[in-house]
Amino acid sequence: MSGYVESEAAVVIDGVDKVFNAGSLDEVTALSGIDLTIGAGEFVSLIGPSGCGKSTLLRLIGDLLTPSTGKVTVFGKPAHGARLDQDYGMVFQHAGLFDWRRVAANIELPLELRGWSRADRAARSAEMLDLVKLPDFGGHYPRQLSGGMQQRVSIARALSFQPKLLLMDEPFGALDEMTREHMQLELLRIWRETGTTVVFVTHSIPESTFLSSRVVVLSPRPGRINSIVDVDLGERTDDTREDPAFFAKATEVREALRADEVGA
Amino acid sequence: MIRNRLAGLGPPIVVGVAGLGLWEGVVWGFGIRKFLLPKPSSIIARLSENWPILRHAGWETGRIALSGLVVGIVAGIVLALVTTRFRTLNEGLTPLAVAVNATPIVALAPIFNAWFGITGTLSNQAVVVAIVFFPVFINTARGLTEVHPDELELMRSYASSEWTILREVRIPNAMPFFANALRVVAPLSVIAAIVAEYFGGPQDRIGNVITSNAGFAKYDVAWAAIAMASVIGLVLFAVALVVERVSMPWRFAGDEEITEELERERQT
Repeated sequence: MSGYVESEAAVVIDGVDKVFNAGSLDEVTALSGIDLTIGAGEFVSLIGPSGCGKSTLLRLIGDLLTPSTGKVTVFGKPAHGARLDQDYGMVFQHAGLFDWRRVAANIELPLELRGWSRADRAARSAEMLDLVKLPDFGGHYPRQLSGGMQQRVSIARALSFQPKLLLMDEPFGALDEMTREHMQLELLRIWRETGTTVVFVTHSIPESTFLSSRVVVLSPRPGRINSIVDVDLGERTDDTREDPAFFAKATEVREALRADEVGA
Repeated sequence: MIRNRLAGLGPPIVVGVAGLGLWEGVVWGFGIRKFLLPKPSSIIARLSENWPILRHAGWETGRIALSGLVVGIVAGIVLALVTTRFRTLNEGLTPLAVAVNATPIVALAPIFNAWFGITGTLSNQAVVVAIVFFPVFINTARGLTEVHPDELELMRSYASSEWTILREVRIPNAMPFFANALRVVAPLSVIAAIVAEYFGGPQDRIGNVITSNAGFAKYDVAWAAIAMASVIGLVLFAVALVVERVSMPWRFAGDEEITEELERERQT
């Protein structure tokens, strides 16, 4: 594989506005003038206060919403086509596992919908359970698992068909701090092992700084890109959290978020 | 596990037997007249004396209840599926169904006699269908539509069709709602059948056995017929519980939750 292919853009957002309820009294401009390019293999966080449109932006990339103006391109094709081709996996804050399917069957759902054979599905879900370190839980029902474990199954499900793009909407938002930090390391390991591109929505400054190669800071209503903070901290470990360089970057992100309050 | 379940039966049996004993003792001790409240022992005696009549009546009433139950359930499910597919129909029909469900449908029994004939069983069955239909329809429709938005977005991210979403998400999501309705309507179908029989239909049914014996002051026989009706209601309720268990294994899987801490310890 040539270096040029690796540096190909995963997501290109070009002049995107999103207006909800256009023309009515409750019209809201959620996003305005968004331009952003995310390279293949990057880990990019979208951060901003509640209501800044970061989840909206993620849904525009996934074609779960359509932009009012501008266009979104995913792997060189319109977002709509990328969704139909199932080019991305999605993870929500709510793990969203189906109660009625056992853990392995939840992971296999996207494969089932693609018509994979039973044997291939079983092999892949076993592989995915190993990846998220839950090898013995394929036969459990989701409600028998803790929140963190459910979220890991949800990640395994999103990665089961090996998408080149993973869209995550505050996936660790409902977890306790200990579990959250553990899951962050797990996610980075999975990201390194699979080489997938990750777009990660969060409202946690330390989380965005710890995880990403770039942090995109959004301002509230209408959501605009305030600044983009490059984070180069090398390989992250638990020690990174206590590294002065990490604190410096987190401060930079915090100030980028505040800059906007002063302006408002 | 079976042993545990049998052990669970112990307390209700003890309480039930003690209750019957207390009833017997109170009626005997206070000299309560038999037309006001007969003793359990005399009810049991009447039950065995009149067994052929009561068995036949129970069988016939049970058939009316069960057939009405099945037709009401199928109709409720079908309409719930149709309204889920067509949103405007759902918005128009559901409030109406909730309103109708809140009205006393058994009051329609004499009118159903005029519509469906007083000699056959059709009018009684129609009352059962009308009683069963609404709770099944309302609950199932709720289960089909009240799906977590993330789950719908997930399915859209897989580019799934509405049909796939119905099969993979909406129907399994509606199962517990349907099961709750089933628990309610299974015993209700017996009540509906008996009340309908009070107003007409063939004379060899539980409802008529109760009214005619009460009319001749043979209250202990009427009580025996009521006991028969309770057994039918309990059997249908038990069937509802079995259906629930068999159709939703995920709800009855072990309750132990593996906590994050335990699991982390296990890994190290």
